[in-house]
Amino acid sequence: MSDSQIVLGRVLPLRSKAVGRRFGRTVKRFLTTDAAAWIVPVALLLVWQVASQLGLIPSNVLSAPSDVIDAAWRLTLNGELLNNIAVSAGRAAAGFVIGGSLAFAFGLLNGVSRIGEKLTDTTFQMVRNIPNLAMVPLVILWFGIEDSARVFLVALGVFFPIYINTFHGIRTADAHLVEMGRSYGMSNWELFRRVILPGALPSIFVGLRYSLGIMWLTLIVAETIAANSGIGYMAMSAREFMQLDVVVLSILLYALLGKLADSVARLLERTTLQWHPAFQARRKET
Amino acid sequence: MVDDILVRALLEEGLHPLDDREPATREPAASEPDLPPGGVAITIAGLTKSFGSNTVLHGIDLEVPAGQFLTVIGKSGCGKSTLLRILAGLDQATSGEVLFDGVPSGRSGHVARLMFQEPRLLPWARVIGNVEVGLGARRTLPGAEDRALAKLAAVGLESRATDWPSVLSGGQKQRVALARALASSPNFLALDEPLGALDALTRIEMQGLVEQVWREQGFTAVLVTHDVTEAIVLGDRVVLIEDGIIKLELDIDLPRPRRRGAPEVAALEEKVLRHLFSEGGYVERRAVA
Repeated sequence: MSDSQIVLGRVLPLRSKAVGRRFGRTVKRFLTTDAAAWIVPVALLLVWQVASQLGLIPSNVLSAPSDVIDAAWRLTLNGELLNNIAVSAGRAAAGFVIGGSLAFAFGLLNGVSRIGEKLTDTTFQMVRNIPNLAMVPLVILWFGIEDSARVFLVALGVFFPIYINTFHGIRTADAHLVEMGRSYGMSNWELFRRVILPGALPSIFVGLRYSLGIMWLTLIVAETIAANSGIGYMAMSAREFMQLDVVVLSILLYALLGKLADSVARLLERTTLQWHPAFQARRKET
Repeated sequence: MVDDILVRALLEEGLHPLDDREPATREPAASEPDLPPGGVAITIAGLTKSFGSNTVLHGIDLEVPAGQFLTVIGKSGCGKSTLLRILAGLDQATSGEVLFDGVPSGRSGHVARLMFQEPRLLPWARVIGNVEVGLGARRTLPGAEDRALAKLAAVGLESRATDWPSVLSGGQKQRVALARALASSPNFLALDEPLGALDALTRIEMQGLVEQVWREQGFTAVLVTHDVTEAIVLGDRVVLIEDGIIKLELDIDLPRPRRRGAPEVAALEEKVLRHLFSEGGYVERRAVA
C-alpha cells in the first residue's frame, strides 16, 4: 500500500514515516533482548554523573560515579578491594551453605514425615518470627566478634525462606501423580526422587532466590559491626576517614553481588525447570 | 464417514507401519521375554465397599473370562469407578473378594494397570521417561528405553519421544498414558473413563487404538464409561451398575470392528438407555407425551 502511494509522488513524507517505523521496530526488538534490562541502571548512572559535574549534587553528599570508579581502581591496585570482596563472598557462601543445607534437609524431612513436623516445625516458626538482626547482641556474646558470628547470622537468615518453601513444595505434591507412581509400583525412594522432589523444585527455587537476598542483607549489617575485613568493614572505615567515594563503592558492590547471585539462581532455575511451561515460553521469546 | 475419519487418523498417526518396526524392537525383547501377556480371569464375589456410613457397592458378583473386554456403564456416583479402583488394587474392598485366576488379586502375581481419567504424566519427565515409568521394576534394566520406545510406537507417538508432556495435545497425552500402561505388559487393564475429556473425533480415534492394542496383547480389559455408544462399540459385554448393584448384563455378539451408527449398535444402545432411565420414569414420561 505504501508502495502505490510513493508512485503517486508523495515520496518524502512517506519515506520518513517508513524510516520512523523501521526505527520503532528496531527499538522494540532491542527492548526484548537481555541488554534492555540495563537501560535504566545505565541511564541513572549518566544522570548522576552529569548532575555531579554540574554541581547539582554536592560532592560531600554523594560522590560522582567517576570518583567511585577512581576509588575502585585505586583499591584494586593496592589489593584491598579484591581481598575484601573475597572475604565477604567467603562469609556469605559459608553462611549460605550451612544455613541452606540445614534448611533443605529439615524442609525435606518435615515435608515427608508428620512426626518430624510435629517435633520441629513449631520451634522453627517461633524462631522465624524473631528478626534475625535482633539476635546481634546475643550472637556477639556467644561468638564474640569473630567471623563465626557473621556466618551464624547469615546461616540463620537464609534458613527460613529455604525451609518454608521446601516444606511447602513437598507438602503440595500432586496427589494424583503420587497415586499414579504407587500404582506403578514405585518404592518410597523412587516416588520421592521421581515424583515429589521434581514437583517441589519450583517452590524450592523461590526460597533459594529469596534467601540469597537475605544473605547479602544480613552480611552487610554483620560486617558493619566490629569487623576488620570485608566490604562492610571497608565502608565503615571509609566513613571514618570521610572517603565518600569508597562508601558509595561498597554499596554499589553489594548491589552488583546481589544481582550476580540472583542471576546464578535464575540460570539454575532455567536449566532444571526446562519442563515447566513458564520457562519454555521464556526460552522461545529470547 | 466416521469410519473414514478413523481409518485416516490411524494411518496418519503411523499405526499402520507398525509391522516394519517390529524387527528393530525384537532385539531387547530377546533378553527379556516380551510375549503378549495374555489375560487373566477375574472373579468378583460379594464385593461391597463403604466409605464411613455411605455404602457405595452393595455386593457385586461378576465373572470376567480371561481376555474379555468388559464395559461398565452407569450414572455418576453409581460406584463404577470405585469398583474399578478395587479391581486395580488401588482401594481395598470392605468385604467380598476379587480373584485373579482363582487367587486373591493381591497375591496372584498378575500385572494389573489402571488408566486414569486424566493422563497423569510427570511434567518433568520427557515422553519416553513417562513411558519408562510403566516398566515397573524393569525400568532400570538395560534395554528399558527400547522397550519404552516400542510401546510408544504402538500408540504412534515415537516421534515425540523427547518432547515434554506440556507440548502435547490432550489426546496425545492420553496415548502416552496408554503406552505407559502397556509398557508393563499387563494381564489386566482397567480404564477409568480415560477418553471422557477428549473431543469427539479424538475419542473415536482413541477407541480404535484401545481396541487394537487389546486385540494384539490379549489382556483382560474393564472400561468404565458414561458413553453408551462407546460401551457397546468396545465391549464383549456391557454391565450396567446402578446404586451399587448390577442392574443389567448384556452380551454383545457383533463382529469387530463395529460400526458406530449401525442398526444393531443403535438397537442395543436404545435397550441400555431404556434401562438406565426407566427407574427415573424418563422413558415412560416421554412415551406418554
